Amino acid sequence: MTAPVVLGIETSCDETGVGIVRGGELLADALASSVEEQARFGGVVPEVASRAHLEAMVPTVTRALDEAGLRLADVDAIAVTAGPGLAGALLVGVAAAKAYALSAGKPIYGVNHLAAHVAVDRLANGDLPEECVALLVSGGHSSLLLVRGLVDNLTPLGATVDDAAGEAFDKVARVLGLPFPGGPHIDRAARDGDAGAIDFPRGVVRDAPYSFTFSGLKTAVARWIEAKQRAGEQVPVADVAASFQEAVADVLTARAVAACKAHDVGTLVIGGGVAANSRLRAMAADRCEAAGIALRTPPPKLCTDNGAMVAALGALLVERGVEPSQLDFPADSAMALI
Amino acid sequence: MLVLALDTSSPTVTVAVCDVAGGDVRLLAERNETADNRHGERLAPLITASLREAGVVPRQLGTLVVGLGPAPFTGLRVGIVTARAMSDALGIAAYGVCSLDGIAHRIAIGDGPFAVVTDARRKQVYWALYGETGHRIDGPELAPPAVLAEELRSRTTDVVGAGALKYPESFAGFTVRQGDPSPRAVDLVWCNDFAAPPGDLAPMYLRRPDAQPPGRPKAVTPS
Ligand SMILES: [Zn+2]
Repeated sequence: MTAPVVLGIETSCDETGVGIVRGGELLADALASSVEEQARFGGVVPEVASRAHLEAMVPTVTRALDEAGLRLADVDAIAVTAGPGLAGALLVGVAAAKAYALSAGKPIYGVNHLAAHVAVDRLANGDLPEECVALLVSGGHSSLLLVRGLVDNLTPLGATVDDAAGEAFDKVARVLGLPFPGGPHIDRAARDGDAGAIDFPRGVVRDAPYSFTFSGLKTAVARWIEAKQRAGEQVPVADVAASFQEAVADVLTARAVAACKAHDVGTLVIGGGVAANSRLRAMAADRCEAAGIALRTPPPKLCTDNGAMVAALGALLVERGVEPSQLDFPADSAMALI
Repeated sequence: MLVLALDTSSPTVTVAVCDVAGGDVRLLAERNETADNRHGERLAPLITASLREAGVVPRQLGTLVVGLGPAPFTGLRVGIVTARAMSDALGIAAYGVCSLDGIAHRIAIGDGPFAVVTDARRKQVYWALYGETGHRIDGPELAPPAVLAEELRSRTTDVVGAGALKYPESFAGFTVRQGDPSPRAVDLVWCNDFAAPPGDLAPMYLRRPDAQPPGRPKAVTPS
């Protein structure tokens, strides 16, 4: 069997993504983002995102097909993020995917967004091992997953109990007077800072060794800045950024490596928008090497939400002979893993 | 010409397959199902079911018609994005029709004028006014029910729709038609002008997303 051509649609947050793959090969990755509209509000407003998805949907599909040099008729299957994510945003992508599928007579797969974040790595680094631990960190989620089978056996080991890691970046950026989204700006500011300048707290969740909490860290940063301001001192933005980033990277990588060891898994996959953070990548590389764990990180463009990741997982489902979804599957904002 | 029509602007998901020739509409198959908030789950299966019953495969379709609202449901986008995607996939035109026109056509109160008033939630209603021939002469617009009732008082005595039923005190003195007519896809086909160029299928939100740009971050240290 030749590798299946799959078109993937992603609308779980503020990016309208349409990607096309042939098996593990990336053919197209078209993206329309409402991040500039969202920046005005300092965060993702669901109604703004949903409206933007509706406007971007068909043009983004067209761009992806053009980029791949294909027509819809050449596609073997359509995959779409069915959840988790923003309900209204998911709904636009799911409805569009169903409409394309029923018009063109193609099978459709409603897939899990988190599983797609893991599957995307096959496009960059080749076939994934059946077993791995995945650390998925973005503005919408922060999860550690145990993967014992990419299409049918993903177990959550832990997740954030309050803010997502990306949200913590956004909120700290705001108190530092840096623009939204905070991640890239903090990363940049941190380059000139001393990561050891301030010892920000590493939040621990009781009885949940692989979960995360960032609200205490966020508050500690704000308190520290306010104290400086009250004393009439200049806020050392670079040092705060570097020290905050250090604290986030520390807890994320320490718990990810601990999860690999505890479950005797030799591969760690990192994904999500925060996986683009340079300090997180460097620290993960060091700690994985020290622990003898193979680290897989897709390039930043594939780490953030996109349609290619959905297509990559869809292709895997087709390759494994998994039955397509029925046309009545829901957009499930709180979708659980499998 | 084979036409597929659909509307998700109300709690009813409605789909119709019609044969349109000249000014005549022949209904081949339809599905009308109360979906509450499950528009995204129900629409696609109802489309395939009505096409199958009509003996039509998607590529035989000549045109699409979709209700553009107004509606306060996120479900409104389900119908519109479906029509846009099917139009793209099949390479056929898609027309958008004000969903209130469909209601007006369906209830067809004999002598106009009359107003269709639907529930917009948040103590507001959507409304449109129809003249003696049943054609829309004003709206659709968004208004608080009492303000609308004042404005309509000199223009009509007949109102219909869930919005009028929900605010009886505002519409005291009007003849309020009982029952809550939802738009039916086949009515949208009757309302559509197939000789006109298709529009851009813009949803009738009539309301801005209520998001506020943030102010300064709040202090976390008690002062
Ligand atoms: Zn994501």
